[in-house]
Amino acid sequence: MTVTAEKLTETPTQTPLVTMRLWRGDATGGCFVDYEVEASEGEVVLDVVHRVQATQAPDLAVRWNCKAGKCGSCSAEVNGRPRLMCMTRMSTLPPGEAVTIAPMKTFPILKDLVSDVSFNYVVARQIPPLAPRPREADGTHRIAQVDIDRVQEFHKCIECFLCQDVCHVIRDHEGNKAHFAGPRFFVRAAALEMHPLDTLDRRPLLRHHLGLAYCNITKCCTEVCPVGIKITDNSIIPLKERVVDGYFDPIAWLGRKIRRKPARTPVTEPLAPQATAGANGPRPGRRSPGEA
Amino acid sequence: MADYDVKELDVLVIGAGGAGLRAAIESASLGARTGVVCKSLLGKAHTVMAEGGIAAAMGNVWAEDNWKIHFRDTMRGGKMLNNWRMAQLHAQEAPDRVFELEEWGAAFDRTPDGRILQRDFGGHRYARLAHVGDRTGLEMIRTLQYKAIYLDDLEVFMECTVLRLLVEGGRVTGAIAYWRETGRFVVFRAKATVLATGGIGKAFRFTSASWEYTGDGHALALWAGADMLDMEFVQFHPTGMIWPPSARGILVTEGVRGDGGVLRNSEGRRFMFDYIPPFFAAETADNEAEADRWYDDKRNRRPPELLPRDEVARAINAEVKAGRGSPHGGVFLDIASRRSAEYIERRLPSMYEQFLELADVDITKEPMEVGPTCHYMMGGVRVEPDTCAATVPGLYAAGEVAGGMHGSNRLGGNSLGDLLVFGRRAGAAAAEFARSAGGLGPLDEAQVARICADALQPFANEQGESPYELHRELQQTMQDLVGIIRTESELAEARDRLVGLAARVPGLYAEGNRQFNPGWHLAIDLRAMVAVSTCITLSALERRESRGGHTRDDYPKPDPEYFGKHNHITRLEEDGTVSVHAEPLPEMPPELAELFEEATVS
Ligand code: SF4
Ligand code: SF4
Ligand code: FES
Repeated sequence: MTVTAEKLTETPTQTPLVTMRLWRGDATGGCFVDYEVEASEGEVVLDVVHRVQATQAPDLAVRWNCKAGKCGSCSAEVNGRPRLMCMTRMSTLPPGEAVTIAPMKTFPILKDLVSDVSFNYVVARQIPPLAPRPREADGTHRIAQVDIDRVQEFHKCIECFLCQDVCHVIRDHEGNKAHFAGPRFFVRAAALEMHPLDTLDRRPLLRHHLGLAYCNITKCCTEVCPVGIKITDNSIIPLKERVVDGYFDPIAWLGRKIRRKPARTPVTEPLAPQATAGANGPRPGRRSPGEA
Repeated sequence: MADYDVKELDVLVIGAGGAGLRAAIESASLGARTGVVCKSLLGKAHTVMAEGGIAAAMGNVWAEDNWKIHFRDTMRGGKMLNNWRMAQLHAQEAPDRVFELEEWGAAFDRTPDGRILQRDFGGHRYARLAHVGDRTGLEMIRTLQYKAIYLDDLEVFMECTVLRLLVEGGRVTGAIAYWRETGRFVVFRAKATVLATGGIGKAFRFTSASWEYTGDGHALALWAGADMLDMEFVQFHPTGMIWPPSARGILVTEGVRGDGGVLRNSEGRRFMFDYIPPFFAAETADNEAEADRWYDDKRNRRPPELLPRDEVARAINAEVKAGRGSPHGGVFLDIASRRSAEYIERRLPSMYEQFLELADVDITKEPMEVGPTCHYMMGGVRVEPDTCAATVPGLYAAGEVAGGMHGSNRLGGNSLGDLLVFGRRAGAAAAEFARSAGGLGPLDEAQVARICADALQPFANEQGESPYELHRELQQTMQDLVGIIRTESELAEARDRLVGLAARVPGLYAEGNRQFNPGWHLAIDLRAMVAVSTCITLSALERRESRGGHTRDDYPKPDPEYFGKHNHITRLEEDGTVSVHAEPLPEMPPELAELFEEATVS
């Protein structure tokens, strides 16, 4: 057999067993179940959850894709804290204690560690997309790097929805979901509002429909953001200032912005959900008729 | 017992990565009622993992660049086995696809005069990759996602896995799928179907791929009777993480080398200078001084670290085998000693984070340990270049699942462009086919019932074995026997083992119920993985030469006379076996052929 590079390091040192306390159940109820399982050096929580799945609980539901902190699929509450399971090293958790993992609490539970995050896909569609200014005479868009830096920070968002999960406005008050977009979508709105090419003015929308005012700047969202977006300082607070400026001093606002965005079209209503059932919306078309 | 929903569509797109979303956007924009099915949530597809950028000859950084040079680089990188027409279309159209993304809001890095910045990458003569730091794939998927969700004729069906294509009257008429959440079945009846399912990385043990990468589209096409092209060519990316074990395989972007990083062995030697093949000798620097000058002055020859991926992966493999590897069995990738910490953090922020978080390595201070990882499938569904039409009517394929574009080896940066260029073309052709091909007859309910029953079989196999164990065996087989370096006896052993694995697949057991059950999902995914692995292995056995992603220990040289002039076609025969036969390459027109005259062609 040919010896290739990938065969030389296959025996990681085993550490003692760890206890994984995983939430098992579905929308109708459930409980935490303890699994004793091996963990190897350098492993992350998701590795150990996968080992439980492969050896003890083949039907354990868990979302993941990249295992590298890039897709935002593996969000859960690890020892009570919203985190990406793939970026939480076992070695950073208290040794000798059970590792408790629950699905995100702010969203309805589907099964085990998987929750129904469709709320986010509904909100996403309410915010009108970029309406870019025309291209320059030579067919290009000219944008200085400094003008795109801020937008690039917002575009780092991996849509893990951990910020949505932690925000008390919706975590503690289910009813607020109808009129509060949540930190992820303030980031999205800020990315559009501050995009150098954009020509819309989403401030009326933010004020009247997306619930910007409900945010009382606790900064919990910023603390959990796995990609380090300064959600509160760089998106929410500037948006709040703009909304206030827009309502109380439109001239100053225009004066400040006129250089780049001479004609901003105000948007007052959220985009309506699509006519077809489930199109792009919540868990589109997932349930068959007559199903619970 | 076969209880299912039926959804009627004009165009069904399977897969919501870059190619699938671009196809769906095109098709819906042309007024076709379009549905996109994806196994994960929207916006999580493997495209988010792409780091480096989109290769497009825009000439923003080097005005000398143009599509012909990009075309030539692509063909040479693929060792001339690429479908020339696909490589041409890609090189010609990639710039427009990038400008389109910019128009839709993608925030590319900028040049000092405000245009889209382009970076250097292996195999590309000029700095050509439009990028957003080192997370270009994320920017691309998010931009396409937020383009798609506002389109009225476009529906997204998330967390839904396709089992089989529906084939009625010799035509593909949609697909049968199940909702991952509930395990219930759904039939998508569509006048045209686009495969955009990506690759097969999960058949290998060390891979940069996610769980979704199980070769579904390759298998769906094969089972529907479509021709597959050059299935032996699997790309091992030279630089994956190798330590700690749990991070093994995670990609380290080629951008590290494009931005000045170099490879060293345990003796501190920049060993790539020892592995410059004659094919690229004329354009590759043979000393460190010249290589280092190249970053600022392109009149110098390129550093050997930026040779195409197959060359670099083989070189790393050889160094490790010769006992000059790093402590954990790779080599060192060093940018710390060559660029400032500030530069590294600005240019490679995700790499910086990734190593700090997962390996406790500060890449601004110490070298990374890297080794090859399974990364990309060059082989795929045989398509008609201009329309992406497969050999079965009503079926289209774009992106990684399609074959031809990249020949025997893909250049970095050519994947994201491929997704956009051919995603758009497939979407347009599928919409046109849906418009002109006429309606569908009554649903073949017996076919649906059969497929549903087959999918539920694992629940009944109470004495059956665990899909996780079988998956592990498959990965080990492919990794050990059909990996970077191949040889006749090992490939034959893999072929025999795959026969055994295939025989065990129908007996796999799924514990629990149909609701979001990963064990059941894996039992189903394994059908595709084993089928596609078989195609790879059989095609690899037949190619008795070394070329691009396919290296044979027993035939270490390329064979320009025969294999260099033939593609391999793989298909499923009526008796259930997979056949492989060679077909001459399509002939390149003279005006393109002359672009290669000055080069040594192997
Ligand atoms: S800062 Fe605002 S948005 Fe963020 S968690 Fe607190 S209340 Fe929610
Ligand atoms: S802003 Fe941060 S925490 Fe919120 S969804 Fe995006 S990446 Fe996650
Ligand atoms: S699996 Fe992608 S972020 Fe964790």
